[in-house]
Amino acid sequence: MKKIEAIIRKSKFSNVKKALHEVGVNFFSYWDVTGLGNEKEGHVYRGVSYSTSDIQRRYLSIVVNEDFEEVTIKAILTAGSTGDVGDGKIFVSQVDEVYRIRTGEKGGNTLK
Amino acid sequence: MELLTINNVWMMICTALVFFMHTGFAFLEIGLTRQKNTINILFKNIFIITAGLLLYYIVGFNLMYPGDFNGILGFAGFGLDAPLADGTFDLAYNEGYTYWTDFLFQGMFAATAATIVSGAVAERMKIGAFMIFTVFYVGIVYPIAGSWQWGGGFLSSLTIGDAEGFYDFAGSTLVHSVGGWAALVAVYLLGARIGKFNNGKPQAIPGHSIPLATAGVLILWLGWFGFNGGSVLSADPEATSLTLVTTCLAAAAGGVIAMVTSTVLYKNLDLTMFLNGILGGLVGITAGADQMSPGDAILIGAIAGALIVFAVSLVDKIKLDDPVGAIAVHLICGIWGTLAVGLFGAKAGFDQFLVQFIGVLCYAVFCIATSFLIIYTLKKTTGIRVSEREELEGLDAHEHKMDAYPDFRLNEH
Repeated sequence: MKKIEAIIRKSKFSNVKKALHEVGVNFFSYWDVTGLGNEKEGHVYRGVSYSTSDIQRRYLSIVVNEDFEEVTIKAILTAGSTGDVGDGKIFVSQVDEVYRIRTGEKGGNTLK
Repeated sequence: MELLTINNVWMMICTALVFFMHTGFAFLEIGLTRQKNTINILFKNIFIITAGLLLYYIVGFNLMYPGDFNGILGFAGFGLDAPLADGTFDLAYNEGYTYWTDFLFQGMFAATAATIVSGAVAERMKIGAFMIFTVFYVGIVYPIAGSWQWGGGFLSSLTIGDAEGFYDFAGSTLVHSVGGWAALVAVYLLGARIGKFNNGKPQAIPGHSIPLATAGVLILWLGWFGFNGGSVLSADPEATSLTLVTTCLAAAAGGVIAMVTSTVLYKNLDLTMFLNGILGGLVGITAGADQMSPGDAILIGAIAGALIVFAVSLVDKIKLDDPVGAIAVHLICGIWGTLAVGLFGAKAGFDQFLVQFIGVLCYAVFCIATSFLIIYTLKKTTGIRVSEREELEGLDAHEHKMDAYPDFRLNEH
């Protein structure tokens, strides 16, 4: 089992969500995050220019069986891209075990 | 009696509109500042209207309208005392409104002068020092300043050549500049907020609710229907209608020109400049709202709108920190509006301009001196500025031990 974590643009969230549903990934968690990066946003307030390096993004955490790993990553890569700096990153890691709290069962079946 | 009733109803409506302006000021000020100081600003605004009215009852009204006096300082006694005509109790002491209406209408104006200062000193002034300042400024300084003109004092009869008397219809100088001069002095004595200037360069400290600031400006505009409309001092159809037209046209022109000017200068469509431009136009037309043609009003408003943009950046350049633009709006445009009476409209002429200029100078000297005396004394005794830690963590948490939005905190800065 794999954990796929992705930091994406908020504006691309509905695209990514749709693409994930299309490849059969229906369960995942997400939350909004603030980070620092190369992208700077220029602002002007009452005649004073300033830039903020605080970047608002959405963080997705998806745990899937191995056979879903590739389609999940592909869905995010395609649906989350604008081609500009700041599209985000995907991290893939190994998950040792998954339990379903209701029944106590464990293993890949719990992700179906 | 019927005429008095009609006039009086209009004046009471205007009184209510001017009262509502305090909502506008409160919204504008909290909108243009950070959320950690929201309670503090609202507290000041509520204190100003409550204490201001009481002070105006105790001393203010009779300092401002002392009857026959030497033209500089007079006092007709504490509290309210409806005049007697021919030995009988007579509320209808003129055709425009009753004695009580006069008190309440003028009382609503009085509090405005301190409200202007509240925005300028936001986010760093000790609440106690501000309240003491308010008591003296609204209770004593404002009424004395007002008596010089509206109370029949020396400026109202200052005659040079063809010009008979200083003219300030609804208070470009008497209300707005009086508040503006004190704001200037207070900001100078307080110093800038931490983070406003970095190596001498002005930094942006964005306000936390632009929707509230916008609502505040629209409420202030509505309030100005009463501020200027009521300054006709009767429901005279011709004068009130013209006054509302010039008031609204100047507001519109001020907004549009400020928007265009700031867009050309800074290449962005800054809503806060647009909003300040509307206020600049309103303050600018206030001195001569009943003397101008619609075209004059648009010109006065437009020039005020352009002035706002330059004045906001000038205030930054001379290292003064005015979070809401009070100095630009109320002081600079107040002076402009007062001088404009000598340049445009029915009273235009060199003599009138000279009288207006002298009036502006008199108020500058008096207001700078008195506000400096009050605030400098406070600075040397109680202190006027909160500690660095209080400022960084917010005045709400330290001065009030309250949170404006306990369930809603997205940015802490």
